[in-house]
Amino acid sequence: MVAADSKSTVMVTEPRARLLARPAWLNWNWLGVAPFFLFILAFLLLPATSIVRGALVDDNNQFTTQYMLNLFTQVYSTPYVNTIEISIVTAIVGGLLGFLLAWSITVGGLPARIRSAVLSFSGVASQFAGLPLAFALAATLGRSAPITKLLSNVGINLYPSFTIYGVLGICLAYTYFQIPFMVLIMTPALDGLRQEWREAADNLGASRAQYWRLVALPILLPSLLSALALLFSNAFGAYATAAVLVGGGVGGALIISLKVASQFSTDSMTNPHQGYALAFGMILIAGLTILLYSYARGRAEQWRKSGT
Amino acid sequence: MAKNRTSVFSWVWLLIGILYLGLPLLSTLGYSLSPEVRAGNPISFSAYFDVLSDPKFSANLWFSIGAGLLTTVISTMLLVPTTYWVQLRMPYLRSTLELMTLLPIVVPVIVQVFGLLALYRSTFLVNGSGGLYILMIGAYIIWAFPYTYRPISAAFQAINVKVLTEAAQSLGASWITILLRVILPNVWGGVLNSAFITFALALGEFTISSLLAQQTFSMYQFGVKDDIYKPIAFTVISFALTWFFIAVLQQVTKHPSQRNAARTTR
Repeated sequence: MVAADSKSTVMVTEPRARLLARPAWLNWNWLGVAPFFLFILAFLLLPATSIVRGALVDDNNQFTTQYMLNLFTQVYSTPYVNTIEISIVTAIVGGLLGFLLAWSITVGGLPARIRSAVLSFSGVASQFAGLPLAFALAATLGRSAPITKLLSNVGINLYPSFTIYGVLGICLAYTYFQIPFMVLIMTPALDGLRQEWREAADNLGASRAQYWRLVALPILLPSLLSALALLFSNAFGAYATAAVLVGGGVGGALIISLKVASQFSTDSMTNPHQGYALAFGMILIAGLTILLYSYARGRAEQWRKSGT
Repeated sequence: MAKNRTSVFSWVWLLIGILYLGLPLLSTLGYSLSPEVRAGNPISFSAYFDVLSDPKFSANLWFSIGAGLLTTVISTMLLVPTTYWVQLRMPYLRSTLELMTLLPIVVPVIVQVFGLLALYRSTFLVNGSGGLYILMIGAYIIWAFPYTYRPISAAFQAINVKVLTEAAQSLGASWITILLRVILPNVWGGVLNSAFITFALALGEFTISSLLAQQTFSMYQFGVKDDIYKPIAFTVISFALTWFFIAVLQQVTKHPSQRNAARTTR
C-alpha cells in the first residue's frame, strides 16, 4: 500500500512507525551484555541484596532497624572498631613501606631485573595469607624461632609477654601482604611521574626535598589516597589469616569477619538476622571506602590525561 | 629517555623490604628442612617427599587445576565479548562495567559466600558438593574480577575496535569470525595476562573453598593432622609454584623484543 507520491507514503507508514516506537536506548544491543550482567546479578548483586534484606526484616518479614541498631551495642561494635583500627594501622605501615619499595624500583632507579623480580614476588606475596602466613610468622617470631633467639641474645626478650596469636600478630601478618599490595598499586603511579617534571623543577633550582614536597607528592596524593583505601579494604575484609591466628570466640571480639562467621555458624537457626546485619555493616563500611577510592582515582586520572 | 639515577636509598629500602618479606619465608624454609634435626640430620627433605608423594596432594592439585581452568575459561568468555560489545556499541556502559568489576572489593569474601549460601539456601546449589562446586566457581570468578578485568580493558582501549569491526564486516565476516579472528588476536596480550592471573588466583584461594568445603589445592594443609612439617613444606611448595607461575607470566606477556634485552643490539 505504498502510494507513488511522498505525502501518501508518510501517511501510510506513520501508523506503523508509531506501533513500533520505543525508547531509543532499548535495542538489541542489550542482548550482547546480558550474559555478563546476568552473571553479576546471580553471583554478586542478588546475594548482596539478600543480605541487606535479611538485615532489615525480622522473623515475621516485617521491616525493622533493630538488628542494625544492635550493631552499636558493645558486643558488636567492638569488633568493628578493632578491625577498623587494625586496618588503618596496617594500611599506613604497609603503605609506607610498600611506597618506599615501589619508589626504589621506579624513580629510585634500581636495575630492571630487580624491578621485575620485586614485581613478580609482590604478585605472589600479596596473596600470601591464612595458614601459610601464620606458619611463616610462627617460624620467624615463635618461641623457638631464630629471630626470637637472636633478639634474646642481644637482650630483648620477647617472651613470655609477647604472642603472635593476638592483635600484634594480626598486624604483623597483615602488614606482610599489605607491603607487596602497595608495591603493585603504586608502581604504575610512580612510573607516571614524568622525567620532564623533575627536569623542569631542577631547571628552576628546586632541591630534591622541594621537588618531592611541591611537585611529586601533590601529584601522587590522589593515587596514594586511593591506594590506602584499597589497602584498608583489603585488611578489613581479610578472614583466613585472622581465623588461624585468633579464631573462634576470642577472635570474634577482635575481627569483624570472624564475628560474622561465628554468627552464621552458631545462630543460623536462631538469629540469622543479626548475622545479616553484621554482614551488611561490613558492606556499608567497605562501600564508603570504595567511594573514597573512586573519588581519589578520578582525581588521579587528571594527571594522566593532561598533555604536558 | 634518561635513566633514573640509582640512589643509595633505593638499596636501603630494598634491603628493608627483603628483610620484612624475605625473612619469614626463609625461616619457614629452614623449619621445613628440619624434621629430622633430633635424629641428627640438620637438613632433610623428608617433609617434601612426604607431601609430594601423598596422593591427597596430587588429588587436591588436580582438583584446583581443573577449577582454575574452568574459572579462567568462563571468566574470559564473560569479559572479552562484553568488553568488546560495550566498546563497540554501548560506550556509555563502560563506567558501569568497570564499577561492576570493582564491586567485589566492596563485598568482603565471607559476606559474598554467606550471601550465596543464603540466597540459594533452598536450592540444589547448597545440597551436596556438586552444587557447592558451582557456587565456588561463580564466587572465584566474581572475586577475581577486579584483577582480571584490568588487563582486558587496557588491551581493548589500545586498539580501535570500530575500525577493525567495520573493516571485517565490509569483507563479509560473521560476528564469530570478527571476534575470534580479528579482535581476539589484537587483544591477546591482555587476555593471556588476565587468564594467568585468574588461574593463579584460583590455585591459591582458600577462604571460599574452605567455607564451601571443597578440596582444593590450598585446602590440603588443613587436612594434614599428623605432622606439623608437612603443612610447612606445603607452604613453601605452593609459594614457589605460584612465584614460578607469575614469573612465566611476566616473560610470556612481554613484547618479544623485550624478552632478552642483551640480544637486541639493533
